Amino acid sequence: MEILIALWDALPLVVQIVLQIVAIMGPVLILVAYYTYAERKIIGHMQVRMGPNRVGFFGFRLMGLGQPIADAVKLMFKEIIIPSGANKFLFLSAPVLAIATALAAWAVFPFDAGLVLADINAGLLYILALTSLGVYGVIIAGWASNSKYALLGAMRSAAQIVAYEIAMGFALVGVLIASGSLDLGAIVEAQSGGLIHWFWLPLLPLFLIYFISGVAETNRAPFDVAEGESEIVAGFHVEYSGMTFAVFFMAEYANMILIAALTALMFLGGWLSPFQGTALESWFAWVPGIIWLLAKTFFFMFCFLWFRATFPRYRYDQIMRLGWKVFIPITIVWIVVVALMKVYEAPIWFS
Amino acid sequence: MKTVINYIRSLFLFELLRGLTLTGRYMWTKSFTLQYPEEKAPVSPRFRGLHALRRYPNGEERCIACKLCEAVCPALAITIEAEPRSDGSRRTTRYDIDLFKCIFCGFCEESCPVDSIVETRVYEYHFEQRGEQIMTKEKLLAIGDKYEEQLAEDRLAQAGVR
Repeated sequence: MEILIALWDALPLVVQIVLQIVAIMGPVLILVAYYTYAERKIIGHMQVRMGPNRVGFFGFRLMGLGQPIADAVKLMFKEIIIPSGANKFLFLSAPVLAIATALAAWAVFPFDAGLVLADINAGLLYILALTSLGVYGVIIAGWASNSKYALLGAMRSAAQIVAYEIAMGFALVGVLIASGSLDLGAIVEAQSGGLIHWFWLPLLPLFLIYFISGVAETNRAPFDVAEGESEIVAGFHVEYSGMTFAVFFMAEYANMILIAALTALMFLGGWLSPFQGTALESWFAWVPGIIWLLAKTFFFMFCFLWFRATFPRYRYDQIMRLGWKVFIPITIVWIVVVALMKVYEAPIWFS
Repeated sequence: MKTVINYIRSLFLFELLRGLTLTGRYMWTKSFTLQYPEEKAPVSPRFRGLHALRRYPNGEERCIACKLCEAVCPALAITIEAEPRSDGSRRTTRYDIDLFKCIFCGFCEESCPVDSIVETRVYEYHFEQRGEQIMTKEKLLAIGDKYEEQLAEDRLAQAGVR
């Protein structure tokens, strides 16, 4: 162990940084690839189909586990078509912007107590800022394509993201009040004490609103008007092909994973064991915190797919009504409730 | 009162949860998917697939070049030329079906007085070269010879009803 630490210290700083980035990005990108596979498989089974089950490795089918790899290779070899009227620089920088923000947010994400790349004390603010920047990728893609469908899709998606950003921000304000910190690690620590101490219970409306806003934020069904294929073909990425298109999709899935992980972190106690404070605690003491975090994250990731298989797409005006006239008032009311609970030190949670 | 209940129901996402339980339940049911090349759907004896020309058990071709099929074909896919054979019987010299024109309506089969032109159960075939879609008399007879057993069985099974 000491040899390893000495070896690590001997590496030049650039190499250290690159290795740290790879250590986080590698698993995230693999997860993104297999999330697409899980989506097709799970939605398939919900529709009483099977989903992809042909492509495997070395002649074995393995329930189609090779599918995402095959898709990635196919997309890499496809031509990137740049429309003649498009602004080439912006057209190509839009997917980069989309994925960069989706991946950069992981820098401050704590995977376990102390296991975080950049332990900044305003981590929540950083994540809020970066996820909001992702909308620029969408808007620039829509504008630079020089296509009316792309522009309409981008406008819809921008309006939707801005509307739900507010509800999301308010939901996070509730978390801030409850935990008293912007530091993601401290937010998790503030929830310690077992299942009922996690913030999902005292902040139940905010928890639901945060996750639903997260679904809207990532343009996923039932809030996927941005790519309503019956109306505007494919939304902001109509003109994109090959790897540029794939990058947009990777950004979308990375964002979904991020939202799922953040929900687990802020409302379901992150890496804390659900058996804390019960008789079972010592039985499960050997489970590392990251496993609990992953289990909670996977649950929310599953919910994204579950929603897509279940709900029909919202109409545009219904989306706006839900965002502005339902979510924002509820969050404002509940922030006041949380503040009162905090001030008067409500039992169980804030005493 | 009713509006209040409705408000509470929508706030607690009651209907949405019901929808979710439905899809959640269906996830565990068995898929209907047929794994095509390994598993195949049952085919009706009346299935209208690839065409064939049949022969009598003694090896004589059935077709008497009456040209009813050519006349009834709504897609004009059949071309027939005929002249008397050396033994004096009337036979086709050319019997072509253009499978790109054919709409697989089965009228040729129904119009045939001697059950010569028939449609088999075969639906797995393809063409690799231009011109291969023209099914000549030789090809049709070969298909008929290959599937004669099945064809005779299917015709027998349907004998009373068509």
